[in-house]
Amino acid sequence: MDGAKLRRMADQIAANFVALGEEQAIAQTAEHIRLFWDPRMKAQILAEDPAGLSPVACAAVRQLAG
Amino acid sequence: MGYEPQPDFGTPEVRSEKTVTLTVDGRDVAVPEGTSVMRAAASCGGSIPKLCATDSLESFGSCRLCLVEIDGMRGTPASCTTPVAEGMVVHTQTERLAKLRRGVMELYISDHPLDCLTCSANNDCELQDMAAAVGLRDVRYGYDGENHLGQAVDLSNPYFLFAPVKCITCSRCVRACDEVQGTLALTVEGRGFGSAISAGQAGDDFLSSECVSCGACVQACPTSALMEKSVKQLGKPERSVVTTCAYCGVGCTFRAEMKGEQLVRMVPWKDGKANRGHSCVKGRFAWGYANHQDRITKPMIRETIDQPWREVDWEEALAFTAGRLNAIKAQHGARALGGITSSRCTNEEAYLVQKLVRGGFGSNNVDTCARVCHSPTGYGLKTTFGTSAGTQDFDSVMDADVILVIGANPTDAHPVFASRMKRRLRQGAKLIVIDPRRIDLVRSPHIAAAHHLPLQPGTNVAVLTAMAHVIVTEGLADEAFIRERCDWDEYRDWAQFVADERHSPEFLEPVTKVPADELRAAARLYATGGNGAIYYGLGVTEHSQGSSTVMAIANLAMATGNIGRPGVGVNPLRGQNNVQGSCDMGSFPHELSGYRHISDQATRDLFEQDWGVTLDPEPGLRINNMLDAAVDGSFKAIYIQGEDILQSDPNTHHVAAGLAAMECVIVHDLFLNETANYAHVFLPGSTFLEKDGTFTNAERRIQPVRKVMEPANGYADWEVTQELANAMGLGWTYSHPKEVLAEIARLTPTFAGVSWERLCEEGSLQWPVNEQYPDGAPVMHVDGFVRGKGKFVVTEYVPTDEKTGPRFPLLLTTGRILSQYNVGAQTRRTANVAWHEEDLLEIHPADADNRGLADGDWARLASRTGETTLRVKVTDRVAPGVVYTTFHHPATQANVVTTDYSDWATNCPEYKVTAVQVMPSNGPSEWQEDYAALSARSRRISHDGQVEPAE
Repeated sequence: MDGAKLRRMADQIAANFVALGEEQAIAQTAEHIRLFWDPRMKAQILAEDPAGLSPVACAAVRQLAG
Repeated sequence: MGYEPQPDFGTPEVRSEKTVTLTVDGRDVAVPEGTSVMRAAASCGGSIPKLCATDSLESFGSCRLCLVEIDGMRGTPASCTTPVAEGMVVHTQTERLAKLRRGVMELYISDHPLDCLTCSANNDCELQDMAAAVGLRDVRYGYDGENHLGQAVDLSNPYFLFAPVKCITCSRCVRACDEVQGTLALTVEGRGFGSAISAGQAGDDFLSSECVSCGACVQACPTSALMEKSVKQLGKPERSVVTTCAYCGVGCTFRAEMKGEQLVRMVPWKDGKANRGHSCVKGRFAWGYANHQDRITKPMIRETIDQPWREVDWEEALAFTAGRLNAIKAQHGARALGGITSSRCTNEEAYLVQKLVRGGFGSNNVDTCARVCHSPTGYGLKTTFGTSAGTQDFDSVMDADVILVIGANPTDAHPVFASRMKRRLRQGAKLIVIDPRRIDLVRSPHIAAAHHLPLQPGTNVAVLTAMAHVIVTEGLADEAFIRERCDWDEYRDWAQFVADERHSPEFLEPVTKVPADELRAAARLYATGGNGAIYYGLGVTEHSQGSSTVMAIANLAMATGNIGRPGVGVNPLRGQNNVQGSCDMGSFPHELSGYRHISDQATRDLFEQDWGVTLDPEPGLRINNMLDAAVDGSFKAIYIQGEDILQSDPNTHHVAAGLAAMECVIVHDLFLNETANYAHVFLPGSTFLEKDGTFTNAERRIQPVRKVMEPANGYADWEVTQELANAMGLGWTYSHPKEVLAEIARLTPTFAGVSWERLCEEGSLQWPVNEQYPDGAPVMHVDGFVRGKGKFVVTEYVPTDEKTGPRFPLLLTTGRILSQYNVGAQTRRTANVAWHEEDLLEIHPADADNRGLADGDWARLASRTGETTLRVKVTDRVAPGVVYTTFHHPATQANVVTTDYSDWATNCPEYKVTAVQVMPSNGPSEWQEDYAALSARSRRISHDGQVEPAE
C-alpha cells in the first residue's frame, strides 16, 4: 500500500478529531483506524516512520501498535 | 392485472378530521369535510361525467359536464367545485342534466375530428367515454362551421406528440404543469374560440420550450392531444404491472403497461407513496435502453485484456470465472479478492453479492457505489442519531415551514420530489439554499429563495458552524428539546465550541465568501420559522469533510428541535435508486446487514450459523483502497455488479491502473461499460423490467420490483450471482428473491417484519419494521433517538488539501442534469440525448472573458491529476472562480481531472472540489484520443474467429 497516502489519511482523521482535545483525539483516531481499515492498511501504517505523521496521528498509531 | 385506466375520483383527496354525510342518487356516503360532490359520488360507486376534472388537479369548473342537481339549491352547480354539506341530497342523473350534458358534448364534438377508429386514444379516451355516457347521438350544429381541424402536430418532443386538432382546451395539461410539476411551461394562448394550448413563448415547440418532459400533461390529457408516441406506434396496452422505477432515489411507483412482453408505456401509479402519481423524464420515458442494440446478452471471456472478447455459454463463462477466482484465492489468500454491489440492483442482489464475497471469497472486501456518494451519510447519521438513514418520508415536506436545501439540486437529480417541494414552497414555506451555484430552485416561477448562500466550494462545515454560532449565541436553541432528547453535556461542549468568535459568520466570511448578514438571517429563519426541514445531497457528502458536514447538519436539527415529527428532519436525497438499500444490505466492508460491525462476535455468529461459513472479523477494503492494493500487488480479483467505476470514480488514471493490475476483473452489467475495457469476464445483466425483488428509496421505503418480461440475457442478476456462487461450490438454492428477502429479514432486526408477500399486499414498508414498529416508521426518532440520546459532535472546519494556485486558479465542482443519470449508461441510450448530448463546462462570464472563451467554444480543463476537453457554457449561475460540469459522457470523463482526495471518515471522494485551469482548446486531449482507441480495441468481439467491434 502507498505509505504516503495512508499517512495522509491518518493525519486527516486526526485533524478532524483534534477539537476533542489531545487525549480524546488520539483515542478516537486509533479507534477509527481499528474499525475501518483493512489489516494490510493497518500493518502498513504501523510500519511507516512515525515522524512523518502529525502528533495526534502518531500517538494514535502507537496506541494501535500497543 | 389487466389494462384498465387508474381510478379517477375527479378532485383531490381532502384531509379532514370531520366527516360529512350526504346522499348521492339515494346512496348514503360519508366523506371528509371539504370533499367535492364529484368525489363523494365517485366514492360511492357513481361516475359523474367530467372532462376538465381529474383527481391530480384542483377543481376548475370549466367543462360544464359535471353539473348536478342538489335539493334546496338553485340551478345545476358543477359537482367538481361544490363542496359536500351535511345532509345534502344530490342527484347526478336526471333528465334535465342529461339534456344539458348532451348540449355541452355536442359543442365539443362539433369541433373534433371524428376519427375515433384510427385515433391512438381509441377506447382509452375520456371524450369518447363522455360522449357515450351522455348518450350523444347526433350533433345539431353539423361539422362545417369554423373549427380547429387541420392544425399541424408538434412532434418535437422525442416521447410524446401534441396534436392541437384533438385538443378540447380543458387546460388539464396547463394545470398539471403548474400544480403537479411546478414548471409552468404551458399556457392557454388567445381567448374564446381562439384559445389554444401553447408551450413556452410564441414560436416555441414543446422541445424548445421550458417543458421538462415529466409527462404530467400527457397523463392529464383526456384525449389524444397529448399522447405517448409509443402508444401511437404500438397501440393500447393489454395488461399492466405495478413496479418501482430504477433511476433515482425517489423510488417512483409506475404501472408498466404492456402488450405481451413489449413495454408500451410507463405510467406513474397514483397509489405510489413516494411519487403520488407523478414522474420525471427518466422514469416515465427513458426506458428504451432495455432493448438497445448495444446491450450484451451473452457471456464473454478473455485471457488478457488486450485480446478481443470471446462469446461463450454460461457454463463455460462461470467455470472460467470460478477457476480464476479459486486459483487466485489459493495463491494469494482470500483478502486478494473482493466485490462491488450495485445501488442500481435490488436489495436481494446486493445482499447476495456481499454474501458471495464474505462467505464465498472469504474476505470482507465488499463495497458499493454508495462509497462514492452517501457513505458520509451512513457515518454521520449513525454517529449522531444512531442509524444510517434519513428521518422522514417524502410526504413530510408538506408540513415544513422552512426548507433548507444544501448541496442538492432536486429539480435535476430528484425531480419528482422537487415537484412536491415546490408545491409546498408555492403554498408559502420559506426556502434557504446553500450551494455554490444558483440552482433552479433559487428562483423559479412563483418561488424565490428567502436566502441563497453561494458558499465557496469546500466550506460547508464553516458555513454550518457559523449558522450554529448564530443559533447558540442569539439564544435560538431549543433547550427543552435538547435537555429531554440529547446528551446535555455533549451539547454544552458543542455550544461552547460553536459560540467561539472564530466561528462567527463575520470571522468566517473571508473563508466561506458568504455575506455574514445573509448567513445570520438564514440561521434565524431556520431556527425560528416553524418546522425546519433539511434536505441535502452529494454537495454535502462528496467533500474531504463530508461526514463532518452531515454531523453538522444533524447538530443544527437537534439544536433547534427539528427532529421527530412530520415537517422537520434530516433528509439525504439519495442518488441512485437503491443506495439506501445497498447500504442496508451490508455492502460496506466493515459491517453486515442492518449496519452491524463485522468485529461484533454475536453478529458474526448469527451469520456464520445461517450461512455455514466462517467470517473474517477484520474490516475489508473500500473501493479506493482496493485499487490502491491492486496497484500494490496484494489485491487481484474483483466482481463488479452494475457499476462503472472507471467512469464514475475519481482520478480515472488511478482507477485504470488498479484495474489493469488485477488478474481477474468480472463485470456484470447491461453494456460493455468503461470498466469492461479492463475486464476478463463479462456477465450480461438484466434490467429492472426483467426481475423480481425490492428497492429501498431515500425515505427507507422498501418497494417491490416486478418482472414484466423475460431477461434478454437468460438470467436475472440474482440468478447470475447464485450461479457464480455455485460454480465456486457454495450450493445456494434460492428459487425466487422472496427467499433471499426472508433470509434478510431473519438476519436483520430492522427488516424483521418485511416479507415479499406483505410488500405485495401493502405496496411498501418503511423500515424499521419489527416488533416495536410493526407497520414501519414514516418518521424516525419520534420518542427518542435510535442511539438513545442524540449526540452533538464538535465539527472543526478543516480546509481541504486541494488548493487553488497560480497554475490551477479555479475550483471545479461536478453534478448532474435532469435528463441524464449517473454515468449515462442508460440515459445516453435513450432519446434523452435530445436535451444533453454532451457534458458542458459552466464558467462565469468574467472567467470566460479573461480566457477569451465564448459560449460553445472548446476548452481544455486541466487539474493536477489530468486533463480533458469539452465545450463551455458561459453563465452567471456559477460564481467567479468556480466552474461546473456533469459526468454523464465517457467521451469527456470529468473524472480524469478529479483527485483522489476523500472524506476523512469514509473515503467518499472529494468530487466537489478540484483546483483546475481552463484554457481555449481546438480539440480532444491526448488522453481522450488514446482512450477512444483503447475503448475500440477493448470492445472487439470474436465471432467464430471473425473479430468485430461491439458497438
